[in-house]
Amino acid sequence: MATGQLLNLHRVAPEFHLCITGILVMILDPFVGAARKRWLGWLAFAGTLFALVAVHGAYDSRGMAYDNLISTDVFSVFLHVIVIVAAALAILGSIDYLDKEGIQRGEYYALVLFAAAGMGILAGANELVTAFIGLEMSSISSYVLVGFRKRAAASNEASMKYFLLGSFATAFFLYGIAMVYGATGTTYIDKVQAALQAAPGIPALAIIGLGLMFVGLGFKVVIAPFQVYGPDVYEGAPTPVTTLLASAPKAATFALMLRVFYISYGSASEFWFWAICISAVLTMFIGNLAALVQTNVKRMLAYSSIAHAGYILVAFAASTSLGVAAVLFYLGAYVLMKVGAFLVVTHLGQQGETRLDVADYAGLGMKQPVLSVALSLFLLSLLGLPATAGFLGKFFAFEAALDAHSIHGVAIIWLVVIAAINSVIGAYYYLRVIISMYFAEPSKDYVPTAVAPALSVAILVAAAGTLYLGILPGAVYDFAKVAADSLPLH
Amino acid sequence: MVQQPVLLTVITFLPLLSVVALLLLRSDDHVWIRRIALAASLAEFAVSLLLLRGFDSSNAAYQYTEYHHWIGEAIHYHLGVDGISLFLVLLTTFLTPIAILCSWESIHENVKGFFISLLVIETALIGVFVSLDLFLFFVFWELTLIPMYFMIGMWGHERRIYAAVKFILYTMFGSILMLVAILWLYGLTGTFDLLDIQQSLRSGSLPHLTELLLFGAFFLAFAIKVPLFPLHTWLPDAHTEAPTAGSVILAGVMLKLGTYGILRFCVPLFPDAARQMAPLIGVLAIIGIVYGALVATVQTDLKRLVAYTSVSHLGFVVLGIFAFNSTAVQGAIYQMLNHGVSTGALFLGVGMLYDRRHTHDIKQFGGLATPMPVLMSFFLFIALSSLALPPLNGFIGEFMILIGTYLGHHVWASWAASGAVLSAIYLLWAYQRVAFGEVTVEKNRSLPDASTRERIILVTMALAILFMGVASPLFTRRMEASVDNVIQRVNPPENASRPTTIPCMGAPASVKTAEANAAAAIPAGGGQ
Repeated sequence: MATGQLLNLHRVAPEFHLCITGILVMILDPFVGAARKRWLGWLAFAGTLFALVAVHGAYDSRGMAYDNLISTDVFSVFLHVIVIVAAALAILGSIDYLDKEGIQRGEYYALVLFAAAGMGILAGANELVTAFIGLEMSSISSYVLVGFRKRAAASNEASMKYFLLGSFATAFFLYGIAMVYGATGTTYIDKVQAALQAAPGIPALAIIGLGLMFVGLGFKVVIAPFQVYGPDVYEGAPTPVTTLLASAPKAATFALMLRVFYISYGSASEFWFWAICISAVLTMFIGNLAALVQTNVKRMLAYSSIAHAGYILVAFAASTSLGVAAVLFYLGAYVLMKVGAFLVVTHLGQQGETRLDVADYAGLGMKQPVLSVALSLFLLSLLGLPATAGFLGKFFAFEAALDAHSIHGVAIIWLVVIAAINSVIGAYYYLRVIISMYFAEPSKDYVPTAVAPALSVAILVAAAGTLYLGILPGAVYDFAKVAADSLPLH
Repeated sequence: MVQQPVLLTVITFLPLLSVVALLLLRSDDHVWIRRIALAASLAEFAVSLLLLRGFDSSNAAYQYTEYHHWIGEAIHYHLGVDGISLFLVLLTTFLTPIAILCSWESIHENVKGFFISLLVIETALIGVFVSLDLFLFFVFWELTLIPMYFMIGMWGHERRIYAAVKFILYTMFGSILMLVAILWLYGLTGTFDLLDIQQSLRSGSLPHLTELLLFGAFFLAFAIKVPLFPLHTWLPDAHTEAPTAGSVILAGVMLKLGTYGILRFCVPLFPDAARQMAPLIGVLAIIGIVYGALVATVQTDLKRLVAYTSVSHLGFVVLGIFAFNSTAVQGAIYQMLNHGVSTGALFLGVGMLYDRRHTHDIKQFGGLATPMPVLMSFFLFIALSSLALPPLNGFIGEFMILIGTYLGHHVWASWAASGAVLSAIYLLWAYQRVAFGEVTVEKNRSLPDASTRERIILVTMALAILFMGVASPLFTRRMEASVDNVIQRVNPPENASRPTTIPCMGAPASVKTAEANAAAAIPAGGGQ
């Protein structure tokens, strides 16, 4: 067999496009004058568009790549679209932000692209060490990105915190892989499935391995009890980086979690069902209750993204193919609304990220009506109002969970009820921002600035997507179902 | 059955279309914003009257049905009206132009946003009444919240933010549990379609506990909206703080979402649970009637007083529904309409006083009949309708409810009748303090009487009140078949040979749904 056929490089073309553009940006960087650096951002954006085209190509030629290390199935394609769109929108949001903050540098865009490539690998990995490489690629790039405002103490602190704790978490993940290898003799996700099904019972070592991997992955998707670092990092990071961090890596890591839990440990769902349930309940309550008392919008949105990870876990707990579809749809909806919200915050933060308090948004509805409507849309979607993506996300998640009640019994009904109550708690803090924007007296000292064209395009895309998924979710949900069916569940 | 396949869609979305027109106007062009909003809402009312022309009152089934696939196999765009929802749609389209007219001069800030909110609410409210798919219903149900939230929060009075947040959190808490119940029903029946769910619940009866829980989840959502005692505490705040138009829509139509929901979903879908819970709910309704009336009596704030009358009046409606006989239920529906018109008109009157004096405090008024004879005469007329004086509209509704309730529950009826007496006390006493006697506050001497615009509003409302009082058979005749249909589900006729009428939109469509559901059941059930 020819090496080309073995590697099937066209199936990993999206990652190649991202990496090559990233390298190109790095090479060009020294030759581009300070005034023209922003063009590197546009180059990076073009790279993401090429990668999207390559995703389409990969979709047409699905199958295994790199000697079965990577599985380019519909599931992976679905997540590639999410990750790359999130990266593209984050890049659009960064171009003018970096100018404003005086940190316009080529390596920023390169790191975003490398991170996206890592997430792509994570989403398609069929082998745990490959997944680890993807995880590290995205994590290490993010550590640097979080500290990119190197003159701001908060940014440095966030970066350090993220780096130290993140390293611990990846170590846990790596230990987990080792345990799995010890128990089953393989690190291929599908072969672990076969090995565990063949075994008379689930070996204790395999359970420990799963637990360790859960710690590592749970850290990356910011779910309780591994969520503590999240708000600090999200708050300290430059807002466009937070935009990326709160969206794409979560999607990619959830993808790997789905593969590990649903495929490898699919026959052991009773072992991990309760872990997911408890984590979901904790995540939702911690995220929502902590968000209630925040006055900083960025931090509030950080807690809200923890809460949303909790809702995703509700669908995750279903352990059915419908659950996978619901998680995928939720991730798509979540990424659009969260990216949209953070992009608006990026603009409103102004230079030095000084205007981030809920009170700073007072009277914005009169001063910048279009931007306020957009932010309201994202917040209402995060809240779960019908006719927005967020509602359909919750709807499908709850539906999938309730559908699994024949498997998990009454526990999962309670889980849905708890999730439902949580989404009402959530309503309060999202509405608080809207109250400030529309009901409060405008502050005198704030002079609204025009939204840069790149950023407004990004916000517009996110808003359109949020509405589209809210009103006509059929096509995407069907695609999510096809993606779920493309996984070799047992 | 008359087939006019787009009429309901047009009625539902016409206000939304006019929102687009408003968006194109400059935001400081207040004159044209008002004119276009009014023209659109009047056109909407005219179009909605077309519903009456082709409505077959002998037919219990849904009419003007529209049926299209929307999301996947299970969720449809399914619309239709029957005798229960028909007049609620008309009530909505009738009150919206009135609400627009009454905000003509009292809204100065962000006029465009105000009228947009009002028209979006209209679309959402009509959508709730005509949806025959639980998913679609829920979407519209939630969509009513946000524009009303903005309306209270942006154009309300002093404590508006507190009231707006309380309003939205209360209602959301109820509705989110209803969403869980809707999903659960979907799990049990494989469809979101109301008719199909009714069919499958009819054939295979639910386990008792399941039915009770589902009933509870739906009922909680609706009871908060009604509001039934003890879930009513959001109402006085929301009503008092809302601008006049907001109160009119809130009291006039939005509260009916709750009673409509009970009648449309709770009772026919879960008849056993409804029968079992009826004693408890009846008692709560009576407590609401008496308690609402007593609290209204001691209010010093005129608007708050009117708000508490809603608690009392809606208690009548709930009581009528849970009496489970045709007269009482028809009376309940009729009372929903009456309450919409009468209480809406009361809020309009209070709003007119507020426009002049910027207060709701009864002590600030007194002797107003002297400077404003026309306005106060109409006010009296409206108050009389609200306290159910024959031959005005309120009397018919309350009387039907009391008669119907008396047939089954003598005690309930006698307690409820005391509410009717109390309503005379609080309304007449309030009217006396506001209108009669000497003018106590000097400022009040020079208040202008009703303007032409206000006269148009008041005359329209008074005519509606009178018309509904003397021509009630025109309304009840069209409700009867649909009401009997609901009653039959909860009180199955003893004689088994008697065929039960099945609400059904016609064979071809329902066969189609059945097939679609069978198809949907396979992938839905085949997880893993």
